[in-house]
Formats: sequence, C-alpha cells, structure tokens
Amino acid sequence: MKIGVPKEIHDGEKRVATTPEAADKIIKLGFQMCIESGAGLLANISDEAYREVGVEVLPDAKSVWQQADIIMKVRAPERHPEIATDEVELMKKGQHLISFIWPAQNENLMKRLADKQATVLAMDSVPRMSRAQKMDALSSMANIAGYRAIVEAAQHFGRFFTGQITAAGKVPPAKVLVIGAGVAGLAAIGAAKSMGAIVRAFDTRPEVKEQIESMDAEFLMLDFQEDGSGSGGYAKIMSKEFIDAEMALFARQAMEVDIIITTALIPGKPAPELITAGMVKSMKPGSVIVDLAAEQGGNCALTEKDQIVVKHDVTIIGYTNLPSRLANQSSQLYSTNLRHLLTDLCPGKDGLLNVNMDDEVIRGATVVKEGAITWPPPPPKISVSHKPLTESPAVDVKPEKNKTLFSQFLPILLAGAALFGMGAVAPHSFLEHFTVFVLACFIGYQVIWNVSASLHTPLMSVTNAISGIIVIGALLQVSTPDNLIISVLSGVAILIAAINISGGFLVTRRMLEMFRK
Amino acid sequence: MSQGLVTMSYIAASILFILSLSGLSQQETSRRGNYYGMLGMAIAILATILGGHVTAYPILAGALLIGGMIGSYAAFRVEMTQMPELVALMHSLVGMAAVLVGYASFMDHSIILSGVEETIHELEIYIGIFIGAVTFSGSVIAFGKLCGRISGKPVLLPGRHWLNLLMLIGTIALGQQFLVSNETGTPVFGSDLFQSTVFNGPLLALLMMTAIALIFGIHMVMAIGGADMPVVVSMLNSYSGWAAAATGFMLSNDLLIVTGALVGSSGAILSYIMCRAMNRQFLSVIAGGFGSAGSGESAEIEGEIQPIEAEETAQLLRDSKSIVIIPGYGMAVAQAQHTVNEITKLLTSQGKKVRFAIHPVAGRMPGHMNVLLAEAKVPYDIVFEMDEINADFPNVDVSIVIGANDIVNPSALDDPNSPIAGMPVLECWKSGTTIVMKRSMASGYAGVGNPLFVHENTRMLFGDANDKLLALLKALQE
Repeated sequence: MKIGVPKEIHDGEKRVATTPEAADKIIKLGFQMCIESGAGLLANISDEAYREVGVEVLPDAKSVWQQADIIMKVRAPERHPEIATDEVELMKKGQHLISFIWPAQNENLMKRLADKQATVLAMDSVPRMSRAQKMDALSSMANIAGYRAIVEAAQHFGRFFTGQITAAGKVPPAKVLVIGAGVAGLAAIGAAKSMGAIVRAFDTRPEVKEQIESMDAEFLMLDFQEDGSGSGGYAKIMSKEFIDAEMALFARQAMEVDIIITTALIPGKPAPELITAGMVKSMKPGSVIVDLAAEQGGNCALTEKDQIVVKHDVTIIGYTNLPSRLANQSSQLYSTNLRHLLTDLCPGKDGLLNVNMDDEVIRGATVVKEGAITWPPPPPKISVSHKPLTESPAVDVKPEKNKTLFSQFLPILLAGAALFGMGAVAPHSFLEHFTVFVLACFIGYQVIWNVSASLHTPLMSVTNAISGIIVIGALLQVSTPDNLIISVLSGVAILIAAINISGGFLVTRRMLEMFRK
Repeated sequence: MSQGLVTMSYIAASILFILSLSGLSQQETSRRGNYYGMLGMAIAILATILGGHVTAYPILAGALLIGGMIGSYAAFRVEMTQMPELVALMHSLVGMAAVLVGYASFMDHSIILSGVEETIHELEIYIGIFIGAVTFSGSVIAFGKLCGRISGKPVLLPGRHWLNLLMLIGTIALGQQFLVSNETGTPVFGSDLFQSTVFNGPLLALLMMTAIALIFGIHMVMAIGGADMPVVVSMLNSYSGWAAAATGFMLSNDLLIVTGALVGSSGAILSYIMCRAMNRQFLSVIAGGFGSAGSGESAEIEGEIQPIEAEETAQLLRDSKSIVIIPGYGMAVAQAQHTVNEITKLLTSQGKKVRFAIHPVAGRMPGHMNVLLAEAKVPYDIVFEMDEINADFPNVDVSIVIGANDIVNPSALDDPNSPIAGMPVLECWKSGTTIVMKRSMASGYAGVGNPLFVHENTRMLFGDANDKLLALLKALQE
C-alpha cells in the first residue's frame, strides 16, 4: 500500500510526519511512500533527502491525498488555506488516516471522517501501556515541550540559570519550580538542572517523588495525605482541603522562585488554575512563567493562549506549539512513533495494513473503523496491580534464637563424650587411622572452601577420579592366594575403579581446556 | 619395593591429591591441579603394584587396561550437556567398587586379628559396604533422573520418614547380629532356618544389609525433586568419598583414608553451598519432597503476559549498552550455548557490555552452566556469580533469561508463603527490560508460578531457545 505524507497546513506548524530515516524503514516493511514537495522544509529536511531513500516527491497536496492509501499527518485534518478546501474533502473513500485527532474535542471532524468511510488511527488515543510506549507520541511530544519550555524561559529571563562567582560579582543561581512531573515536567527538570538552576518540583502523585529526586530536583512535600494517581498514569482531581494546602504552597513558592513551569493537566477537563493573579503579582520582577497547559485554558490565571504577555513585570508564555518550535527533533521522534505503530499494524511485513481490533493497542488507537466511530474504546483490561517488588526480602528475618548455654555447649559435650568413649575402647591401631582421617577432613574443608563456583563441575569430576583410589584396596586384595571369589570381586572392582580414574581425569582435562579467558 | 618406600609413595600421592584439589579452586591453577591428581594416582597405583603383596598381574593388568579404555572412551564421547549424568554414573561406580572391596575383605581370612581389633575391622567392613551400596543405588537413580529415564518429580511414599527410620533400625540390628555371628559362629536367625552357617552366617546378615542399603539409596534419591538435583549430585560425590575412606579403614590403608576424607569433605561442602544457594536445610533436601515449606497459600500470580518477537528483541539489544544473560537448564536442553556465544561476540563487537549471571543452582549440577559456556568458548571473565552481579541489575538495560525459572522468581523474596521463599535469586527484574525465553508458560521444576513473567518490564519470547536465539542472531546481523 502507498503511504502519503502531505505538508502540514496549520499556522506555525513546522513538523512533518516522516523523516528520511523513518521512511527508509517503513519502505522496508513493504510500503511505498510519497510526500508533498517541501513538506519537510520547515524541519530542515529537503526533498532530495527523501528522494534518496526512495520516497516519491509529489508536487502538491492534492496528488498526495489522491495517490496514497494511507495518509500520515501530524495535525488533525483542517481547512487547507491555499486550495481552500478541507483536507477531509480531499480524502478518498475508505482511505486510512494516522495523525493526532483529539476525538473528544473534535466531534464534528469525527463525523465527517466516518462519512468518508475512512479508517482513522489517532496518535493521541494510543493507550498508555508499556507495550505501546514506543508509539506514544504524546509522551515524545511532551518531552520536547518540557525541554523547549526551559529554553523559552531562558530566553525571556534576564539572568543566568547557573550560579557563578566572577570578578565582577556573585551571580545567584535561578530557582525553577516545575508543577506537574509528567513527561514534560521531568524533561523540564532535566533541562533546567543541566543549565545549572536550582529546581523544585511538585506533583499530586506521591509515586513520582522518586522520579523527581532521581533527576536531582527537590520534591516539594505537602503535609497532607492524599494520593492523586488516576487511571492511565494521569493525575485526578483532588479534594478541596488538598487544593487549599497546595495553593498555599504555591503562594509561598511564587515569592521565592524566578521561573515557574506548569504542566498540570487532568484528562478531559480544563486545566486547573494553580497560579492566581495574586501569586503572579507576588513574583519578583523579571520572573517567567511558562504555561504548558495553555491549550486547555492554562494553569495560570493570566495565561493567554499562543501569546507571550508581560503582566505585573512577569513574562507569561502561553505557547501551545512548543514541539513545533523544535521541528526537526519532534519530527524525528514523531515519525519513529508512527513507524512503530505501522510495524504493529503490518505484522506480515508485506506492506498491507491489518487493523487488528483484538490488539489492545491498535484497538485503542483506532477511532474510526471503515466509517464506524469506534471511539471511545472499551475500558482497558484492568492491569493487575502487581505487588510492588520490594528490594528487601519481605520474608521476616528470623531473629537469632536465644541459645541457652546448654544448647550451645551440647554439641561440644556430645563430641567430647564420643571422642572420650572411642579413646577408652578403641585400639591404638584404629586411633592412628582415625587421626589421619580427621586431619584429612579438615584439610579437605580448608582447601575446598575457596573453590570458585565456575569450577564446581571440574572439581566434582576430579574428586570423582580421585575417589577411584579405591582401586588400591582392590589391588591389595586381588592377589589373595587360593580364593577365586576374592580375585573375581577385586578384579571387577579394579575394572570399574579404572573406568572412574581414567574417565574422571580425562573429562576434567577436557573441561578445563575449554575454560579460557 | 620395601614397605617404607610404599608408605613414602603414599605420602607423596596424598600431598599431590591435596594440591590437586587446591589447584582446582582457581581457574589459573586448575589445569595443573588436574595433572597433580593424575600424577598422584599413578604413583599410588605403581607403588601398590610394585609393593610386594601383589602377584596377580594378569588380572589387574587386564582390568586396569579395559577399565581405562572404557573410561577414556566415555570421557571423550560425552556431550558437555550430559556432564551431570556422567558424574552421577561415576559416583555409582565408586560405590560399587566399595561394596565389592568390602565383600572381598570380608572373605579374606589371611589377616588374623583378635578381640576389639577384629570387631572394629568387621564393623568397618559393614559400614563400608553400607555406604558403598547407598552411593551405588542412589547414584544410579540420580543418573536415571538426570537423563530423563526416571521422572524428575519427587516420589513421596506415605510415611517415608518412618520407612527410612525402619531401615536404619534394621541395619543396626543386622549389624549387631553380624558381629555376634561372626565371632561366635552362631547363625543369624536361630538354628531352624538353615543348618549350614555358610548361608545362615554373617554373610546372610551382610547380604540383607546390602539389600536394605540399596533400597535406602533408591528411596532417598527418588524422593528428591529435580530442582534439588545439584544438591543430590554433590551429596553423592561426598558419599563416594566416605565409601573410599571406610574402605581405607577396613584395609588399614592411610592413603585411602586421606583421599576418601578429602573427597568426602569436598562433596559435603559443595552440598552445603548448593543448599545455601537455595535457602534450604540440608536435612530437608535429603528428607525429600518439595513445596511443604510454605505455611499459607502462596500469592496467586495474575497479570498480562507481554510477548515479543526476535526482531523486536534485536532492536532492544541494539539500543542497549549493558546486557546480562541468565542461562538456565533450558539452555542446556536446547543446546543453545554456541548460539549464545555467537550473539555475545556480535554484541561485544558492537561495543556493548555483555555479561553472564550464573545462579549457583542453575542447571542440574553445581557449575553446570559454567561448563556449558566454557564449551561454547565464552570467556570466563565475563561470567559472574550471583553475588557479584546482583547489585548491578539496576544499571543493566536488558537481561535475557534463557530457560530459567525458579532462579529468577521474585516471589522468593517478597512472598513469604512461596515454597521457595528466602532463596536468593537473580534480581533481573530490576534491569530496564527483561526478556524471558521459555518454551511455554509451564512453571519450573519447583512447580511455583513466577510473577516475573507478568512484570511490566518483562517480555516473553516463546519457543525453543536455540531456534529463537538463531532468529535473534540473524536479526542482529542484519
């Protein structure tokens, strides 16, 4: 089947749905590919680069939509500014579309897609589970947004991030507060940290504390017990008391920090307002707020979508296209996500799409199947909450038994008694041998204790050979005169002991020859 | 050769054996150790043959030659995966030799002893034959279990502990009868059964005891599960040593005593190491059975299995820096060690850090995995023991479990009711991703479910280990 990648038409959108590297691998899956001329230009990818890996470059969007069986895009279809038709109108009947769709917000679009008998996979609907991580475009875009948020903040912040002591005076490090430690939040923490800032982070889900601390940032504790983990790794709405405590914390922090990055989102709900106008006012002049939730209304009361505004001497950045501002990087990651999805969709590597609705990931991503709206998907199978695998054994360590004096000395007493009894009764000749025996046991104990585990088998086969020393006993007996039975018995004993000796030593030798550094 | 020279040769042989065992404890000295052992054995045999007591040269020359040839043939033909079987078989030979020598010594009346010395001599014969017979039958059963001719499942007779006790009492009672009968010439079972003391004399007691010992050995090993096989093999190794030592007492031969004691204690220590590696009491392994340890219900294992294919695995390996391979019995069964080595070489040449983690009881014999990896020419300095590598797992990107189950079971650590609770395991689930290669979802030898398979970082690669590894190798080469 043929995959087409048209140029993105949304205002300010610089990303492209495939890169030459991804295209190369998609072609290996058996697909053909075509791309609209100039589609990658804003992400610094020339038409020539696509041509080199075997992608057909078509002159305009119309021909791409016409020729391809599968359309891959970044943004959801919308009205084309140049040819003044909606992209949905360009679709052929039964065409496949893979892009961001946001079905919850775009009911109208969904209906029109269904009318086209299309099969639509929404990258934003890929279920959040481990197996689907490689195609989770939301995460990869969030990662970029978090990084870019710090870059934007740095641009509008009038000072260094890192602290310095120079001949011209001391520079204090910038203090950054990250609210919401999801993928974007963590990426922001990482970026700010690597620029040298002091980073604090807050999240309602206590389990992310570890992740925050692993990034070397400070986790702001709320003296309040409530778990904010909702389904699918997102946060949920918290109780009023919790929010009050949280707001008090933010109010205190706002007076102290220089930069605030907010990433708090609750799925399907407008973004919670966390930074009030009062808090903005209390911030130091020159401070910066980057509101990554601007698309959903913003975490800051004064955010304006897609705008940079300066209020109360604080710069508030409300960009919603941060990934697009790092177009090459985000195109690369997004196209890899798409490629992984295609790999799953095309198990036979035969260039045919198999929208297998039994596969949980594909089922989740498919929002329209052959004209029927299949969104929302049935609730995901409730993943069994595994018992946390603790690092320390849960098995109780048995406390040392309080050994009584008696039980401590019992073995010694018994051994002493046994030795005494034996010494009193046994003849001298036996005791001589016994001495040798006991000493040999101790030597064996001392010698073997240090053997390295890898040599256990050779050790066993060599001791096996050595215990063939029993041949000596048989040798001594074989010559007993005038007793055929003894001769036969010892003869057989010699035979089998000899098997042991030669077999044991030789197989040990063979094994040891194999061990090499 | 004078008696003095023979004794000196024996001392030399003893020292060489000790050097041999101590040499075997390090890789660098192990080969030398083996040669010491051979030299010691040669000296001991030559000194004995030339010692003056020996005259029946044709028999012994023939027996030594034939035996030596059979042994060499076996040593060169055996597959490395069959090492446990060979070792078990050789233990049985030592046991049998001890029994034969014991009987021969019993019938040998050329040495005249009296009083306590004679009683002790008879007792030594009795004990020597007992240990030898237990070693023999136990090893034969172990051999059968290892090569799959006997089911690996523990056979638990009702009241098996009482049965063992009964056999022990029988052995002691018979021993007493044996001593009395031998000294006084009275028959073992009154006079009415057999008139002749040839059949109803001490020999009868000895034969009956041998039968009991054989049954005892069979019963003991039958009751031990396949997962405990490493313990059994090293325990039988120890027994074969004690049998040799008992023979030494019987014949008043210090060389036999020293050698037997060396082997016996070495086997005992190995058994102890194996038991510790499984967190089991030595006695409870010997007493047999498995799974009776946990008091409550073990936690149910539920969750979703996430399968993976060789191609994806290859991709995963390409993206990782640090890889740990955990081989288990499944690798031995599939004979996959050579493929594993190919993959290791390929990954290493791509600048990845590949290591092997060996659990002490992986496989069916102590050190089984090391031998297989060595056969495939995996350099031994990238092969690590559990204690050396366990702390490193959080820094590992991918661990590959090949046909192992119980040794990577997290419930050993966090489920106190699990039958394997408290057994130290390789904590591979702490690595970035764990690939588990298995033929199917059947549980391991211990019959315990494994939550590792449904762990969120785990991907299951089903199929024959060697086929899948070959596919993986191919995918990696592309």
